[in-house]
Amino acid sequence: MKNKLQMTLAMGVAALGLMAGNALAETELRMTWYNDGIEGEVMRGILDKFEADNPDIKVTLDVVPYKAILESLPVQLAAGEGPDIARVTDLGGLSKYYMDLTPYISDPAYWEANFGPFLKWLRQPGDTSSISGFMTQLTVTGPYVNKTLFEQAEVDMPGEGATWDDWAKASKEVADKLDIPIPMAWDRSGHRVAGPAISMGAKMFDADGEPALVDDGLKLMATKLYDWHQDGTMAKELWGSVSGSQYLGANEDFANAKVVMYMSGSWQIPQFADKIGDAFDWWAVPAPCGPAACTGMPGGASLVALKTSKHPEEVGKLMDYLSSEDVLAEFYGKTLFIPGHLGLAAKGIDFATDDPRAKHALSTFSAAVPSISPIAFDLQGYVNNRVMFNALISRLGEAIVGELTLDQAFDRMTQDVEQQIAEKKRGG
Amino acid sequence: MALEDTPRSQSESSPSLLNAIAAWPVRVLFTILDVPLRGLQRLLGIRAMPYIFILPNLAFFGLFVVVPLFINFAFSVTGGTNLYLDERPFVGLEQYGFLFDCGNYLDPTTCREDRFWHGVFNTFTFVFFQVSLIVLFSLITALILNREIRGRGFFRAAFFFPVLLSPVVVALIWKWILLRDGVLNAFLVSVGLDPILYFVSPAWSMFWAIFVSVWAHMGFYTLILLAGLQAIPPDLYEAAEMDGTKRERVFFRITLPLLWPNMLVVIVLALIKAVQIFDEVFVLTGGGPGTATQFIVQYIYTTGFSNQVQNFGLAAAASVVLGVVLFVLTLLQLAASRRKDEA
Repeated sequence: MKNKLQMTLAMGVAALGLMAGNALAETELRMTWYNDGIEGEVMRGILDKFEADNPDIKVTLDVVPYKAILESLPVQLAAGEGPDIARVTDLGGLSKYYMDLTPYISDPAYWEANFGPFLKWLRQPGDTSSISGFMTQLTVTGPYVNKTLFEQAEVDMPGEGATWDDWAKASKEVADKLDIPIPMAWDRSGHRVAGPAISMGAKMFDADGEPALVDDGLKLMATKLYDWHQDGTMAKELWGSVSGSQYLGANEDFANAKVVMYMSGSWQIPQFADKIGDAFDWWAVPAPCGPAACTGMPGGASLVALKTSKHPEEVGKLMDYLSSEDVLAEFYGKTLFIPGHLGLAAKGIDFATDDPRAKHALSTFSAAVPSISPIAFDLQGYVNNRVMFNALISRLGEAIVGELTLDQAFDRMTQDVEQQIAEKKRGG
Repeated sequence: MALEDTPRSQSESSPSLLNAIAAWPVRVLFTILDVPLRGLQRLLGIRAMPYIFILPNLAFFGLFVVVPLFINFAFSVTGGTNLYLDERPFVGLEQYGFLFDCGNYLDPTTCREDRFWHGVFNTFTFVFFQVSLIVLFSLITALILNREIRGRGFFRAAFFFPVLLSPVVVALIWKWILLRDGVLNAFLVSVGLDPILYFVSPAWSMFWAIFVSVWAHMGFYTLILLAGLQAIPPDLYEAAEMDGTKRERVFFRITLPLLWPNMLVVIVLALIKAVQIFDEVFVLTGGGPGTATQFIVQYIYTTGFSNQVQNFGLAAAASVVLGVVLFVLTLLQLAASRRKDEA
């Protein structure tokens, strides 16, 4: 009896030891992630396949709110903490924390060939060669309209080459006829304003390449946005209801058919396909025009490797897998994201949708890429672009609610950008 | 031992046995500590022993309160965006200079850090109204709950319940009530009125920020005042009744003076808490519209954490200024309660 007990105890201890041993042999990688739509589920499925092929590596996908990516992750990284890999949108702003994967990936030439133009968005000024990650999606900003409302109101949608004034007028007409609360809504984001401002002639940079946010083009677009908020074309609840540079999206209002025209971007496609479906015709339209261009802003989210990782080789292995053509084709196809992989963009993606609205939106935004202004590309790649976006949206918001005049807001925008960049240059 | 004695003996010995089992680890601990403590007492003398006993708590307090205070002050005299102090350049009082750089202190738009001064004035407005209302409603509620009313226990719990809720939960619930399509506007529309866009109006936003804060916290202060009311000897009221004293006179001559120590605690606690308001209002209004409900703590948070350029130095300077204000309020409380004790 005593021997049996001793035997059982010994076997139990041995089993525990084996388990612990296995756990010790397994490398755990942490990936911080946020969702626009269903991409978290898709990524989890892909990671499960990677783990099956690589049983010594376990990948934990930490899905966090987007706000945590913007506000908490930078503080973690500044403190020397943080995950191995993260999905980020402040591509240049966080570049000092990225790991150069070049020694750990199997074919750097493949990365340059397929992600080349976007790799520089991830590099620090002066760096021309590091490889830190790839785009989980390329995005383009642009408007959606509720086409069903236009049909019900019997108002013609403005055609190719229409201006923002044309669309504002048509949207207001539809809203007035059908008693829709919000004729036009834009996400409360400087990134959303930047494309139309560039269409109005904004240059964003001076001759020396330094940020010059406020010029005639930006003033023109900002004044339109101000006027639309005063005449009811845009509802003050969105831009006027919070302070500072807080992000607020109007996607829920649009999905609930409370908005006629919604300025957002291509990342909403999977969400709208899922939430709206065929409840009404949500229709992507080409970027309205200004005197200088008919452009949106490029952007996107990137999956990057971080210097805080203690497992660079495993991270390299995982990133090689995730960036491979087959895996990315599956990812883009299921998530309905515009590919940020040049080879796949050329070949085309077999998007997993029969929804004609989603297909139309995908082709509209893909077709918009060639007409994106070079200024927009430069702005997207500028390391301090969020300083400019935040100054723009926060001060314009204060003008819209009457705390500042427009001229005071423009002065404050310039001051905010100068002060913040000066502080950054002091160290860090 | 007689058999009939056994059950009683057992029942008497059971609690003793339980006590002995519960006390055993404490006894063991004291036995272990006895030797070094006796040694310390021999070394330092009995007068030093109380300080030894409060040392662990003091160490904890020092590590998590005092040390961060000094670190924060150190941040406030540095610049740049690095997180580690040794990587940050020393700038002296420059950050404080930025905060107090104003053409006219009464007009935030003339200040370099206009949002800081908006925060100061908004906080002042909030504190004035919120503290006044919370003291008033807590007192009224405590007076009512001190009477013999039906369901008194239920109402005491009901008024205290919001205190137990997370500030985020409180703010979200009220936000949903106050939105354009919320319950309140649905009611207004049902009675033939137009909906009100509360979060677009600075006045309404401030009103609801104060209202929600009072609603969420008054239960706590009601309990403090209720305890004070219950400590007033009933003989005084009986004597007043026998004298035929009017109710208002009883309230102002007996209740209020005897309740004053508790009122002072409530006022100071409410003041200190109100100056630090952040979470409820941040979720409810986001500080908007514009900067209408942006308070000091939100300014500190935004400056130090949510902007792309995280200006830790400026945020630290603003929090030092806030800390000084709170310190002054605490000194006022100590002075007022000392004066009362002397009286």
